Amino acid sequence: MIENIFRGGKKYWLLVSGLLVLMAAGMAAYLEQWNTGLAVTGLSRDVSWGLYIANFTFFVGVAASAVMIVIPYYLHNSKEFRRILILGEFMAVAACLVAITFILVDLGQPSRVLNIILYPSPGSIIFWDVVVLSIYLLLNIVLGWVALDAEYKEVAPPAWLKPVAIVSVVWAISIHTVTAFIYAGLAARAFWLTALLAPRFLASAFASGPALLILIALAMKKWGGFEPGDQSLDKVAKIVTYAIIITVFFLLLEIFTVFYSQEPGAMSHFQYLLFGLDNHYGLVPWIWTSILLACAAIILLVIPSMRKNQLILALACAAVFISIWIDKGLGLIVPGFIPTPLGDITEYTPTALETLITMGVWATGGLILALLLKVVLAIRQGQRG
Amino acid sequence: MNIDRRSFLKLAALGLLAVAAKPAFDLISRPSAARALEGPFAGKRLAMVVDLNACTAGDGCVDCIAACHSVHNVPDIGNTKEEIKWLWEVDYKRAFPDQENGFVSEPLLDSRVLVLCNHCDNPPCVKVCPTQATWKREDGIVMMDYHRCIGCRYCMAACPYGSRSFNWRDPRPYIDIIQQGYPTRTRGVVEKCNFCEERLSDGLQPACVEACSSGALKFGDLKPGTELYDLISSQFNLRRKAELGTRPQVYYLL
Amino acid sequence: MYDKGKIIGGLAVFLCLASFPVWYMAASGKADYSPDPVLPVSENLCVESAQYMKEYHMQLMQQWRDQAVRQGDSIYVSSDNRTFDINLTGTCLKCHTNKADFCDRCHNYTGTAPNCWDCHNVPPANAPPQVTK
Repeated sequence: MIENIFRGGKKYWLLVSGLLVLMAAGMAAYLEQWNTGLAVTGLSRDVSWGLYIANFTFFVGVAASAVMIVIPYYLHNSKEFRRILILGEFMAVAACLVAITFILVDLGQPSRVLNIILYPSPGSIIFWDVVVLSIYLLLNIVLGWVALDAEYKEVAPPAWLKPVAIVSVVWAISIHTVTAFIYAGLAARAFWLTALLAPRFLASAFASGPALLILIALAMKKWGGFEPGDQSLDKVAKIVTYAIIITVFFLLLEIFTVFYSQEPGAMSHFQYLLFGLDNHYGLVPWIWTSILLACAAIILLVIPSMRKNQLILALACAAVFISIWIDKGLGLIVPGFIPTPLGDITEYTPTALETLITMGVWATGGLILALLLKVVLAIRQGQRG
Repeated sequence: MNIDRRSFLKLAALGLLAVAAKPAFDLISRPSAARALEGPFAGKRLAMVVDLNACTAGDGCVDCIAACHSVHNVPDIGNTKEEIKWLWEVDYKRAFPDQENGFVSEPLLDSRVLVLCNHCDNPPCVKVCPTQATWKREDGIVMMDYHRCIGCRYCMAACPYGSRSFNWRDPRPYIDIIQQGYPTRTRGVVEKCNFCEERLSDGLQPACVEACSSGALKFGDLKPGTELYDLISSQFNLRRKAELGTRPQVYYLL
Repeated sequence: MYDKGKIIGGLAVFLCLASFPVWYMAASGKADYSPDPVLPVSENLCVESAQYMKEYHMQLMQQWRDQAVRQGDSIYVSSDNRTFDINLTGTCLKCHTNKADFCDRCHNYTGTAPNCWDCHNVPPANAPPQVTK
């Protein structure tokens, strides 16, 4: 099975080598960060989390969204999801690894990371997040690989796979809830101090993850001869539609409470994010891009004739993905720190080096996913041929 | 006794589990670092009082800040983004942003307020630390173990007072004169005021209190009968963001 | 056996590369010395016996670290009931007045790079003596 990653056409090798180049660039940038310290980033005493933690949060969501395929297939017996099930699981594997890597590159003392395990601290949400993420990663490796192995041997997957899948459903909800708790439990940061954070995270995850899944499936169909099945894609598209609408609805709920109540603590952060505060407008263009993309995507997705056109579907999914990456990434992390608890405003702009490291981590996830999906493609084409 | 391979394997697995359970249990149930300590800290609650009427920070006095930063080898990085500070001064509105009491007397509004780690009785930074690199000692000092900190900066997000600084780069080149009596920090760890825990164990007062010539800073045990207790129980005083439930232990006399 | 030559040749190249550090150090003579750390002249007994210190000073220092930082107890009672102030700069380096000739020699020899000195100070008097003319 695994040997298939060494056999591929020109397009495959072009993709792999492109990703390897990005990884090498990211690694070189990371070496600089390793030697100098996090001073190479745009982070500061006031804005102490940025691009890395933003991407971590986003990719935990992508990882969790595999349940949107697992639930219909295993719990509702929707057979049309059979062909894309493995895409969801392997996407979860890659996204999990990306999320964990983003935590690692964010640490000031990465060589001490095992202290989290050596001195377990049940009071810390990060401790729990590391625990649940690791187990979720393991669950999806097992789910994906065992199912693929069965497909390769042309036998039915073992019966114990279903209970594992059900555990993974609960686990997926837990990884994203726990990730939301990292922020939602801090009295110091009024921007995050809302019980709605976990539901918001889940809703936006179930929009961005399946949107990425559709994009990957369409790309594999166009360039890799993969057949996802139009029916299954339309069902996933409907999931994206509901989820992005709920995401926008939840955002509006937050905005109502904050601005109608006029409670200054939380309002100043939303003001900074949406309209700018004291002549600081760093995130305003970003968040409005995100909002406009979400609205455009909703229009394209709710109209059935549009949604069924795969080019328009791809555009809408790209819009959803970018919109949520902004909203749940920089748009979520950075305003938590602006203004500071003392009322100061220090803005944050990622540096080139920081961006390069981020791209390197993305590329690592991309490579893992590309290799895993190559095995899937090879096995399915082998069976056909 | 006759056992087949399958039941042997089951038994072996159970045995292994049993062997693994004890260390695993020990690991999880390891007493937290804040457990009761016998000895010097027991029964104490250390606190600081800042008398804003006596403090001359408004007139440009920085004696306490200079003393603190010097004895603890706090670097002067030279830019606000990477700034490291244990004790510093801000204007009244920044120190007490939630005191929306309409009209505040002008001298108060114009005053400069010394701020530092509040050594909270319910410290949010301690709760979130994933390695117990920061913890509350029995006498109330919120400690940092620079050996153990992994630099995740969760404590910085959790602190409502901005009392924590991160070493974005190696601090040593930015320290004018390295004091031999206290270590420096390394890059990638968080640091903050330690109520001069190292001086207290030598029977000294905190460096800031010692350096203050106007008598604005008072430090000690906060239990009925002490000077500190009498001070804050007889005069109106504020604590920063006490409404967050952190129970800060730096008291400001107005 | 197919490709006998390639396999044996490949193995030979691999072994050469894998053993490179060993024969390089042997050939360059860098391994052929003993570190000979310079011992203090003022004292002849460390906090524990020399043999114990040789074998376990790392564990002892970690114990010191946790005891002083986490338990707030900075007095160490040795196995023969002498007491010491737990202080790397103030106690250890008081006798071992030359870090470069004591600590570094063995650490360099064994290729270890402890990060104690990233934070803990080496007193200026302890720096290698300056040659003045």
